[in-house]
Amino acid sequence: MTDETAAMAEGGNSARLLALHRLMRRIRAFEETAVAAHAAGEIPGPLHVSIGQEAVAAGVCLNLRRDDRITSTHRGHGHALAKGAGVAGMMAELHGRAGGHCGGKGGSMHIADFTAGMLGANGVVAGGIPIAVGAAQGLRLLGSDAVVACFFGDGAINRGPFLEGLNWAALFRLPVLFVCEDNGVAAFTRAESTTAGPGAAARAEALGVPAEAVDGNDAAAVDAAAGRLLVAVRAGSGPRLLHARTTRASGHTSTDAAAWRTAEEVAASRARDPLSALEASMLRQGVAAEALAAVRAEAEAEMGHAREAARAAPWPDPASAWEDVQDSGAEIAA
Amino acid sequence: MPEVTLVEATRLALVQEMRRDPRVWALGEDVARGGLFGQYRGVLEEFGEARAVSTPISESTIMGAGLGAALVGTRPVIEMRIFDFTLCAMDELANQIAKIRYMTGGQARPALVVRMPHGMWRSSAAQHSQTLEAWFAHLPGVVVVAPATPADAAGLLVAAIRSDDPVLVFEPKDLWHSVGPVPDVIEPLPFGSARRVREGGDLTLVVWSALVPAAERAAAALAERGMGVDLLDLRSLWPWDEDAVCASVARTGRLLVAQEAVTTAGFGAEVAARMVERLGPGRVRAVRRLGFPRVPVPFAPPLEAALRVTPERIVEAAEAMVRG
Repeated sequence: MTDETAAMAEGGNSARLLALHRLMRRIRAFEETAVAAHAAGEIPGPLHVSIGQEAVAAGVCLNLRRDDRITSTHRGHGHALAKGAGVAGMMAELHGRAGGHCGGKGGSMHIADFTAGMLGANGVVAGGIPIAVGAAQGLRLLGSDAVVACFFGDGAINRGPFLEGLNWAALFRLPVLFVCEDNGVAAFTRAESTTAGPGAAARAEALGVPAEAVDGNDAAAVDAAAGRLLVAVRAGSGPRLLHARTTRASGHTSTDAAAWRTAEEVAASRARDPLSALEASMLRQGVAAEALAAVRAEAEAEMGHAREAARAAPWPDPASAWEDVQDSGAEIAA
Repeated sequence: MPEVTLVEATRLALVQEMRRDPRVWALGEDVARGGLFGQYRGVLEEFGEARAVSTPISESTIMGAGLGAALVGTRPVIEMRIFDFTLCAMDELANQIAKIRYMTGGQARPALVVRMPHGMWRSSAAQHSQTLEAWFAHLPGVVVVAPATPADAAGLLVAAIRSDDPVLVFEPKDLWHSVGPVPDVIEPLPFGSARRVREGGDLTLVVWSALVPAAERAAAALAERGMGVDLLDLRSLWPWDEDAVCASVARTGRLLVAQEAVTTAGFGAEVAARMVERLGPGRVRAVRRLGFPRVPVPFAPPLEAALRVTPERIVEAAEAMVRG
């Protein structure tokens, strides 16, 4: 796992490693802050956090431009942050407050920031796949050279839109990077007990979508693989799929203890923590422990401030519940 | 004004809008081949394969890709071939398209059109004959239109393409080849405006889509028997022209809603309930709904005929209401 990291450091890319590290620390801090706020009763509703999966979001999105688009999943905070969505608006949205990106109408599961090219988390597994391929088709029609990254989990490959969307993207040679963020668990059930055959990459190859598998907990490896695949996607070679094996450190939602996991599994998951791995590697490359600690402290302070601001923000005006439905017929909606 | 078929009217409307706005494009099965009914004839030749896109039989992605393309600023016309196949794309329509503007607090503006030829047509049986427009009138976030004439189909399609709302267009398969005048320049027809087909004082008859010609024949027969029917074609189901229906029922005191769809929980129930709510039971002397029984559409012509709403059934119901 340290090969890519070492190669990056040797190649003078320590700035890249620092960027990956800082982004992953910010995602981790955001998620831990959200879990604490949820436990305190300040964030309502279900909360799906991506602790343990930060390397996938960071490694892919560092290779994207501002005008590239992403679609995401119900576990989408990390993708949104990595794509550049505003933190204050995200935290306020999780709290259901005015000033949230979605005005308190979407919450955690529908986080979106169109100004950052983040077209939305999604409450439906595989729901983002057709949207991603259509966005790519639309961008091409408009003459844009932007591309689309489409995040989905291992559970999504058993839904029809996965087959439809990959076939479609390959058929029309659309600029889409499909990212299967495989944490091995579909909700509460191990993916291996629900998925036949060799999995996402093989299914993609069968549809003519070249695929690459990567250790999704090795940030530098994800960064390198996503970078390679995106070169091809941007060159007009059609879609690519990145299969990133990662670990969901917690339960399905923040209130799910995932008690079905054995102590060994929990320990193994902790041992594969992508941030610990990256930091250990960076320390070996000569980065000062103080520097890493400073990044962590800065990220935690940033998210703490965002939480304070969200808590202090007003609730949405109840009148706004009527807005943003549709233009026609709004006057008779009651 | 040239007389054209309903299918040609919609083709003219689409071509007009594709010439007007390069962001408009069409996708769906066989679209580049002219579409199942010829409603896309010549579109490939004029606009090329990037804007007349024949797709795989992948309804979820036809619908969802239309949404994605709308989110980046194009204005897709999503062809579902026949309505019944829309049921394969219900997540994309009901969970994604209808809600994305709301869920994102107005960031998303899915300016798209979904064309869904619907209804009974030449013994097409239970999976090719449905009229489920009431499901979508029930769904916040979408406009629902169901025109019956070439001019209205053209005008509402132009309005749908220019609208920033997602617009669901139910096109009556059974009336594709009915003929009527369509202007050379097709103006958008505002949503939510009913058309008075015939004026009368004894009973208000409300219909939409393929039942309009049947209702016209019934109204003519009733006139011969001395009963005046105020016949309204709703044209749009959401928003719908409550005011026009209300003014008519206030005058006639009798409301008959006839629909091709199953009566139970159909849009006719909404029309009837709203009129009683607005006018009060005292001013609505008689209310009746006429529709399909809660039975799938059968195949054999005599079975289909045994269940569907016909001019004769409308006459019978109206006469009972007026005479009764």
